[in-house]
Amino acid sequence: MSAPTDPCAPLLARAEALLEDLSLHGVAAWKAAHGGAPAIGIMPVFAPRPLFEAIGVLPVNIYGGGDRVDVIKGDAYYQSYICHIPRSTIEMGLGGQLDALDGMVFPSTCDVIRNLSGMWRMLFPQKYSAYLDLPQTFEAPLGGLFYRHELSRIAAELVARGARPLDADRLREAIIVENRRRALLADLASLRAREPWRLKASEAYLLTRAGAVLPCAEHIELLEAFLAAAPERPVRAYDNVRVIVLGAFCEQPPIGLIRTLERSGCDLVDDDFQLGLCAIDGAIPLDEDVGDQSPLDTHDPLDALVLSYTLRGQATATRYIADGVKGEALVNRVRTLGAEGVILAAPSFCDPALLDQPMIEQALNDAGIPFTSFKYAENSAQFQTIREQAGAFSDSVKLWGAA
Amino acid sequence: MSTQTASLSTPTTARAAGPAPAAKDLSQQRQKEMLADYFEKLTRAKEAGQKIVYTFVPGNLNELIAAAGMMNVLPEINALQSGMRGRSGGYITEAEKHGHSEDVCTYVKCDIGMMLNGNIGPTGTKLPEPDLLLLSYTGCFTFMKWFELLREHYKCPVAMLHVPYQPEGRITPDMRKYIVDQLEKSIIPALEKVSGRKLDRDDLAARMALSSKAEDDLVAVWESAKHTPSPIDGYFGGVYYIGPIFSAFRGTQGAVEYYRELRAEVEERIRLGLGPVGPDGPIGPERHRLVVEGPPNWTSFFDFWRMFSRENAVVCASTYTRVGGLYDLGFRHDPDRALESLAEYCLGCYTNLGLPSRIDLLEKYIREYQADGFLINSVKSCNSFSAGQLLILQELEKRTGVPGGFIESDLVDPRYFGKANIDNRLQSYFQMLDARKARGYA
Repeated sequence: MSAPTDPCAPLLARAEALLEDLSLHGVAAWKAAHGGAPAIGIMPVFAPRPLFEAIGVLPVNIYGGGDRVDVIKGDAYYQSYICHIPRSTIEMGLGGQLDALDGMVFPSTCDVIRNLSGMWRMLFPQKYSAYLDLPQTFEAPLGGLFYRHELSRIAAELVARGARPLDADRLREAIIVENRRRALLADLASLRAREPWRLKASEAYLLTRAGAVLPCAEHIELLEAFLAAAPERPVRAYDNVRVIVLGAFCEQPPIGLIRTLERSGCDLVDDDFQLGLCAIDGAIPLDEDVGDQSPLDTHDPLDALVLSYTLRGQATATRYIADGVKGEALVNRVRTLGAEGVILAAPSFCDPALLDQPMIEQALNDAGIPFTSFKYAENSAQFQTIREQAGAFSDSVKLWGAA
Repeated sequence: MSTQTASLSTPTTARAAGPAPAAKDLSQQRQKEMLADYFEKLTRAKEAGQKIVYTFVPGNLNELIAAAGMMNVLPEINALQSGMRGRSGGYITEAEKHGHSEDVCTYVKCDIGMMLNGNIGPTGTKLPEPDLLLLSYTGCFTFMKWFELLREHYKCPVAMLHVPYQPEGRITPDMRKYIVDQLEKSIIPALEKVSGRKLDRDDLAARMALSSKAEDDLVAVWESAKHTPSPIDGYFGGVYYIGPIFSAFRGTQGAVEYYRELRAEVEERIRLGLGPVGPDGPIGPERHRLVVEGPPNWTSFFDFWRMFSRENAVVCASTYTRVGGLYDLGFRHDPDRALESLAEYCLGCYTNLGLPSRIDLLEKYIREYQADGFLINSVKSCNSFSAGQLLILQELEKRTGVPGGFIESDLVDPRYFGKANIDNRLQSYFQMLDARKARGYA
């Protein structure tokens, strides 16, 4: 008797192929099919994708070369104590793997990404290069207005390079489509938290990351197809520990590392991988009543896009937490999802994640939530130590968690 | 002839490593008295009802803080002082024991370690706790995390001033307006709330006028190094010259007098044809003129300096001495447009400039100061400075034909100052500069 087939397997295979398309052949095909319309790379963590889609630009989230790019030239630009993602990104740029892109946007994630924006401008002067300064004050008349200027500026610069003019109707349409995607990503997260054996973290990762290189509408088709087929998957539940992974929002762990965590007795019920696609809680508040945010107004789609970040941006290490308590959002997620522990996984030399970590640990300690931590690099190849550590952690939670 | 090695900040341990310092210049004596007086006031601040603001050097709002009747404490300065006094290693270890990663900024860990050990400041007395953390988010992402960490400990309010980055090296009206709006709607109200009194805007303007006077004289001191031989060392000596204006004294009469005296002393050195004074006395005939990018190492500051001074290598310009303001590009605090001017000050600090602008500035220094070499001291702790420095090296060599040197160390973690390694590299570098001169390339 043959094993039951997984109806989701082709969808996951497609998502994995997109992950492995480091030379961006899919992006080049999209450009060819759209009359050479621009495609723009976006470094982690966050830039609002609907802005780009509204002006006919394909936004492509770039996460470096992972564990599949041999970094030689890129290392010549960085000292040993700087994280890995800028090296592999430069390697890919110099090696022609990013040629399909017409430019890059560098959000204000950290000093390394910030300085990379200037390096890019010098290394690739023929390409567009922009620094997106995300606000660290979130009142509408302050950070809100500033952010609006930033988005308008970038849109205008891209229009000058061949993009369509920013039009309120098209932006509204792009936001509506993005909100549909966001709802589906929320469904995906819900399924994974409810039945982590039906949708593993590594699979959710692939499905989400496909959105890094696909137009929103195509990503929606993929997500809808998966969610429709998921109930038919042949699955087997395991008695794993439910954990949340935090700290991997920029430089991504290799997919093998995520699978290693799964094999070590952990169900990863939530994470902050590729936060750029999930950095907003809920929908972009187009036409919603969000209280007085003057001079911004949710009936204006650009204002709605701004308010989605200032009002609904997730609490993460790159965002200033003005009034809240550090780690509170994580503790709430642990409670909501019924997680039993947290794995703090940060890339080596990642200032935001590692400087945040003592505060996060304090919050977890105060809440009595067990955690463990390790560091990785995007090209880490040895997972055995991490498997043993995560395995010991899951065992200890199982054995002593209720004590 | 006096020496510039001695000041309040000269550590006992470092002083023991070299000859006893000679008599001080008037400006040095004044700086020492100013700092001693300030720390004495800090010690008594709480009992005097004085409110305390912790803030950072780049983008500091000293005139505003003082006009609000408050005193500042600068954690970076405390960290570097701990480094010079041989205490940073222990503080960093303490912080790492409390869960702070070995990968992150050692200024932060040194400050946390100092806090955990009673917050004893440079003069050996306890620093007052902050009533407000004024987070000037200028040129360094880590600042934000630093004050988030301190807030956890002190449980005091934080006022965030988000200063946009200058990726293209120019200030746009939107950037300026964003900062002015934050000052008006957020920062000034926060200061007034903590201090309990209304900001005196006339006092603010008066202080900014004083800042401008001191800035004129500081620029004259910096630019004296264009003279050959240079009368100053613009890096190791330079960190003393920036002391008052980068710390608590910008916008004070004391700073005006200090920089007036310093300028007169430097002009007298030019008149007498004298070079700078190094850690062990006058530096011999100027052999190499260098521009340096990056902060110094503080744990072995004098050993580091000797690696240059014994080779008669003089640093004529440095970017570290511009982290608290690029006055030599023309910026002055302007009493007639106080808040706009403060905004431009914050925006214009060196590490808030995009990499291409930083390279332009270094190229300008190499040419205008007629440097025959430039050196990058890449510090592990500071990605704001360090990320991109290898491209800076390549680009400057390409543009100027002047050879660059590259060494690695750290700010205040003694584990990352490899003395023999750095010394070897520098000796090789200086030999190469000699060889070029002998072949007529210089």
